[in-house]
Amino acid sequence: MHEELYKQMAQSIIDGEKETAIELAQKSIELGIPPLDAITNGFVVGVNYIGDLFGKGEAFLPELVMAGEAMKAAVAVLEPELLKLGEAREMMGRVVLATVEGDIHEIGKTLVGTMLSAAGFEVTDLGVDQPAEKIIGKALEINAQIIGLSALLTTTMVRQREVIEELDKEGLRPRIKVMVGGAPITREWAEKIKADGTSEDAVGAVQLAKKLVGKE
Amino acid sequence: MRPKLTLLSEDLIPRIIEEAYQILLKPGIKVLNAEARKLLAEAGAQVDEATFVVKIPKQIVETALRTVPPTFHIYDYEGNPKVEYGGDTVQFDPGSSGVAVLDPDTFEHKTAETPDLIRLIKVAEQIPQYDAQSTMVVCDDVPKDLHDLYRLYLVMLYSKKPIVTGAFTNKTVHAMIEMLAIFAGGREQLREKPRAVFDVCPSPPLIWSNFGAGNLIALARAGVPAEIVSMPLAGAAAPVTLLGAVTQHAAECLSGIAIHQLAQPGAPIVWGGAPAIFDMRKGGTPMGAVETAMIDSSYAQVGKSLGLPTHAYLGTTESKILDMQAGLESGMGALIGALSGINMISGAGMLDSLLCQSAEKLVIDAEGIAMAKRMIEGMKVHTETLATGFYDNEINFKGGDFLKQKITMKLFKKEQHIPSSVIDRDSIRVWKEAGRLDTFGRAKLRVKELLASYTPPKLDPAKVERLHAFVLDLARKAGMSTLPAHDLSPVAG
Repeated sequence: MHEELYKQMAQSIIDGEKETAIELAQKSIELGIPPLDAITNGFVVGVNYIGDLFGKGEAFLPELVMAGEAMKAAVAVLEPELLKLGEAREMMGRVVLATVEGDIHEIGKTLVGTMLSAAGFEVTDLGVDQPAEKIIGKALEINAQIIGLSALLTTTMVRQREVIEELDKEGLRPRIKVMVGGAPITREWAEKIKADGTSEDAVGAVQLAKKLVGKE
Repeated sequence: MRPKLTLLSEDLIPRIIEEAYQILLKPGIKVLNAEARKLLAEAGAQVDEATFVVKIPKQIVETALRTVPPTFHIYDYEGNPKVEYGGDTVQFDPGSSGVAVLDPDTFEHKTAETPDLIRLIKVAEQIPQYDAQSTMVVCDDVPKDLHDLYRLYLVMLYSKKPIVTGAFTNKTVHAMIEMLAIFAGGREQLREKPRAVFDVCPSPPLIWSNFGAGNLIALARAGVPAEIVSMPLAGAAAPVTLLGAVTQHAAECLSGIAIHQLAQPGAPIVWGGAPAIFDMRKGGTPMGAVETAMIDSSYAQVGKSLGLPTHAYLGTTESKILDMQAGLESGMGALIGALSGINMISGAGMLDSLLCQSAEKLVIDAEGIAMAKRMIEGMKVHTETLATGFYDNEINFKGGDFLKQKITMKLFKKEQHIPSSVIDRDSIRVWKEAGRLDTFGRAKLRVKELLASYTPPKLDPAKVERLHAFVLDLARKAGMSTLPAHDLSPVAG
């Protein structure tokens, strides 16, 4: 049933065709397809496919970003239907993302946000230049399981440690896990500042986040 | 004739500048510094205080461009003009602000500390290819409040060369200017003969951060040269096309020049950058990519058309060790920069996209730089006849004939760059007997030699004492009781 439509949905994500993805999502509602089926059997298949290709070095960041954007758009169409049915897409976890204070770079962080959303995480992206107390405050407010900290500058990466130290001081770990990322961030750095993990790219960040919430 | 690389056709340059002016109006520039917004507003720019977006009309920039000095010098410790910005001069300095150094024995990228920076300074000090020092790495053994100024402090203690540096905050830029003034003999003397140029970075796309714009203003007022390091990342934080990135670079620099000249007309400033293409697989910013060098060469051409001094980050690599990739990317970058007539080319010594400095790479890069500098000297006419005059009565059709000519002895050093021991031109027998060393092995030996031959600069002890006291006071405020460098310093009391 609806195999052809599911295939088109996956393809719309692979092609990064947001408009097509929205149309297909609307069509699935008209046809009475359960929205969760549309997401799981259709759109998610496309996201996973492009994520795998990216992992192999055969797809590139623009394709990954466009796929993530198309996925978000399709889910946005289907979400009100889910609510009407009293259902919800299985939420993987809540994540607060931010670029640390003094740093206004956000390409990588935004990409991680897109991919986490596409994978079913509820993402609150605070944006750039965020002091520790704001990041932690937001995490407590929305009861986040994960804080993701981005830093591009060698001069601001030290701020990641400040957030972690603050969390420790407040006794908020291990309740809140911290993942760190950014061009100068190494595994050694992540270990040194006692972060819960780091990843080279957005696809890896999704795997890490799943691991941190125990949903590998 | 000096060889020159020009990637932009004559008709493209005015198009780039015209579109850059359009960008200054739409979407405008986001200026996160209140004083900079005030300066721009007073000059007639339209400022949105809710979004901090400033729409800068062309005439503000054109007025600013009229007061920018087309040339200026930076000076060594003794006040000799050693680096000339402007025109087609070509000079090199090591890459700045790394966080790690390559351990030559383990190949680890270890976090940089005081002794690592001192080692780098000692090596760079003795290599003539480095026209200036730079504050090469941030030292992890001092608190972060001192990170920027502490690097400058070490360079001032261990070097006499001009310095390419930069501040990380609006507060420390003043401290660093004060440090330079101590050695210069006062603020006015520093303005007269600045020892350092400060890198100041806008944030792509089209943003002047609070501290970036604040630094521009502080430097302009102190008369210490500023070097705009605009970093369009083509395909991520700038248009994907190389020309689009060059145009965004122009818009970022023009807006910076406007702020800078409004703060102090006539203050020296450089049209510089560290752009890159955006790697669509790894999300990185490949500084060694040829397209990155093409953006650099092109924006330098735009800057020159406006009569401005130029700078670029070139001659560096993504490679993690001193391998073929490091060599070919660094060498090609240095050559492209030199052929483009860029006044200051930063990046030597750096591995891993500007994160890791290496003394061994500094001595290898110096050879690539020497080749590039030789290349741009071009083909020179030294003699009245080109060749016929060489075939006098002495010639008897033997291979060594020209070795016996006085003119050979007189001219060979003008025609040939004599490489250091880093470059292998031995016979295979000699090479084997010398231990079959590769480039890296020879570089390690060369670094050892340079460290052994280093002699500390003769500095005025009174000035050194004042500098120590000034930095120590800041260190105490940052929670340190003593400075790591003080005990190591060759000139410490």
